[in-house]
Amino acid sequence: MVKSTSKDAQDLFRSLHSAYSATPTNLKIIDMYVVFAVFTALIQVAYMALVGSFPFNSFLSGVLSCVGTAVLAVCLRIQVNKENKEFKDLAPELAFADFVLCNLVLHLVIINFLG
Amino acid sequence: MGGKQDQTANGSSKSESMGAKKASPDLLNSSFSFKSLKLKTKQQELLLRVSILGLVYVLAFIARLFSVLRYESMIHEFDPYFNYRTTLFLTEKGFYEFWNWFDSESWYPLGRIIGGTLYPGLMVTAALIYWTLRFLRFFVHIREVCVLTAPFFASNTTIVAYFFGKEIWDTGAGLVAAALIAICPGYISRSVAGSYDNEAVAIFALLLTFYLFVKAVKTGSLSWALGSAFGYFYMVSAWGGYVFIINLVPLYVLVLLITGRYSMRLYVAYNCMYILGMLLAMQIRFVGFQHVQSGEHMGAMGVFLLMQVFYFLDWVKYQLNDTKLFQTFLRITVTSAILVGGIALGVGTASGYISPWTGRFYSLLDPTYAKDHIPIIASVSEHQPTAWSSFMFDYHILLFLFPAGLYFCFKRLSDATIFIVMYGLTSLYFAGVMVRLILVATPAVCLISAIAVSATVKNLTSLLRTKQKVPQTGSTKGVGSSKSSSKVTLDQSQPFQKNGAIALLVGVFYLLSRYAIHCTWVTSEAYSSPSIVLAARGAHGNRIIFDDYREAYYWLRQNTPTDAKVMSWWDYGYQITAMGNRTVIVDNNTWNNTHIATVGRAMSSYEDEAYDIMRSLDVNYVLVVFGGVTGYSSDDINKFLWMVRIGGGVYPVIKEPDYLVNGEFRVDKGASPKMLNCLMYKLCYYRFGELVTEYGKPTGYDRARGVEIGNKDIKLEHLEEAYTTSNWIVRIYRVKPPTNRL
Repeated sequence: MVKSTSKDAQDLFRSLHSAYSATPTNLKIIDMYVVFAVFTALIQVAYMALVGSFPFNSFLSGVLSCVGTAVLAVCLRIQVNKENKEFKDLAPELAFADFVLCNLVLHLVIINFLG
Repeated sequence: MGGKQDQTANGSSKSESMGAKKASPDLLNSSFSFKSLKLKTKQQELLLRVSILGLVYVLAFIARLFSVLRYESMIHEFDPYFNYRTTLFLTEKGFYEFWNWFDSESWYPLGRIIGGTLYPGLMVTAALIYWTLRFLRFFVHIREVCVLTAPFFASNTTIVAYFFGKEIWDTGAGLVAAALIAICPGYISRSVAGSYDNEAVAIFALLLTFYLFVKAVKTGSLSWALGSAFGYFYMVSAWGGYVFIINLVPLYVLVLLITGRYSMRLYVAYNCMYILGMLLAMQIRFVGFQHVQSGEHMGAMGVFLLMQVFYFLDWVKYQLNDTKLFQTFLRITVTSAILVGGIALGVGTASGYISPWTGRFYSLLDPTYAKDHIPIIASVSEHQPTAWSSFMFDYHILLFLFPAGLYFCFKRLSDATIFIVMYGLTSLYFAGVMVRLILVATPAVCLISAIAVSATVKNLTSLLRTKQKVPQTGSTKGVGSSKSSSKVTLDQSQPFQKNGAIALLVGVFYLLSRYAIHCTWVTSEAYSSPSIVLAARGAHGNRIIFDDYREAYYWLRQNTPTDAKVMSWWDYGYQITAMGNRTVIVDNNTWNNTHIATVGRAMSSYEDEAYDIMRSLDVNYVLVVFGGVTGYSSDDINKFLWMVRIGGGVYPVIKEPDYLVNGEFRVDKGASPKMLNCLMYKLCYYRFGELVTEYGKPTGYDRARGVEIGNKDIKLEHLEEAYTTSNWIVRIYRVKPPTNRL
């Protein structure tokens, strides 16, 4: 049972790895940015667990800025990915411009909320 | 199209006729028509649409002006006076002072942090309009801006309804929706001129947010989602009912996920709106951290996390292309996600970190809750369950057009129609629970009914128009015998179909005209009274105006010391601070139940105990409302049992059965002795026993209760009468300082 699950897990990793290496470089850059943002959020949560959450608005604004920019990057990836039929009419420049605008609003609100 | 060919043919013949016309200019004016403008069909249609929308815009504004024309331009009811006072403060002192305002003139001696406990959207909107007008050198008074804010935003709502209808169905439905919502009584009731309340801008913000969100789901664009986040922010700043949005949108996403209609556009739209909307909403101090801590907002977060898991699994499935491996991965991920989510939710709720649903919203899910546990919520008349007559009164023909519209929506299911169906059904459920929420259901009912009307009229008129085409095609095209025979059969049933279509169209026209008449009648009769000025018909049919409230408040303003404290029931608090400019003990904000219960206890105790309570609160004046002389039925004696219940809820010494006789509330000779000697009774009926109110009845006949009062010989020991208005509606008493001890 354990052996079959570990074998399954290995197969899983291998096929995922091979499938993923076929993605284009620009999408991989966006994926790295998402991983970086989520990692930063996790570090902040761990820090909060350590020292307490006193200025709660600061904690929230920190975590939500990471989560927000990760989510927006995922939206950008969806819109730029050539394999998505729904977005084939959307120019990647327009998608990026939307991404920048939303990030601008996000960070302005975060700065106001940091307190 | 046949139409276009007609135009060009006319155009060539027209150039000759134009030459002829130049010779006879007096014919030019009489032969004006659409065709002479040489417009194409598309431009004709655009002109029609713009002119219809313009007329609907003006109609929505002027339909709400009845009370301004009949009485004067003033603020109605109770809550709008608080909004007016805060707007005045904002325009005088500026935004920084407003945002950090601590008010010591209400809830004496506690005070109220107004800056942190109100929804600033309405006040900021009115202040912006005021400053814009002043910039353009129109120096209007802020009160005029406040009075006319609601009709202005109602007009804007019709425009948004048009665009929303266009998204859901087509332009015809949009136009009908705009026209229906312009005069629908359910919306007019809370947005007449003078009703300067949060709902005036909130319904506009609600519809705008929904429209922008549906547009974002349809296009999958980040900018539309950003727009809907801003719409949500405006809604959060305007009204506490934003909780409806933050629960309906996740529910809609969930329904789409379950029925398999999800797509990448949904992911983009919901995530952007949720994160940005949540962040923007937390900027309002009154809302604070509720989006991450309150049970009412957890649904949205749950759906957000579910979406991440769902789409991640979708992406992995797409990458793997192998079902067996994917099944294992699926099993691991789903079980771990459910475990983690369940543990987090359980720990949060059990430890009290995630607060449960507050009483106001919990009573929507369990309507019996408020009656048993929170008498203040149960006592508000707007919070009672809705009767069928209210539905008929507020919706008229839309009531049966709504199911018809639902049928059409189900026939053509898309992301947008699913949304409007869910909005309609959930909002109608809540409208059934609480009368006040008919307002929230109105846009959905209007939109869905508009779909029914538009689709029906389109089908009927297309039936009418096919008759003209048939002889053309029959004559120009040489079709086979089978087709000609089918055309013949069509010809034979044509007269019936055409007559039926015409009859049905006349019926639709009749229904819509009755709707318009009903809406105008309802607006004029029921929803245009300012509540602060009462009107009645005299014996000869002439109109008598009772302006007692403002008379009393202005007496307070001009004849009492500036630091005087006034005790009254909480209904009148806002009006006393806004118009009388004096400190009050409790007001309509009702944030402190114990303080209100103290006032209730004072009103229902004997005069000596009440005097002790009043001395402890530094009360100088007591204000009561009495309708016995005029027959006004919303006075304090009719509200008295609620005072007893609320007071008794905190102070067990006040027991409701003490004031009732055999479970009945009486004020005549058979009333209980506690009732006949409590402070409220004494203050209302002081000197009333000598008054003859109606011809043929004994002195002291209470016209509101219809009985002769039981205790006519009232003596007050610790209070003295300061002022009674001309129709005895408002009575003010001064609290005497304690006598000198000798």
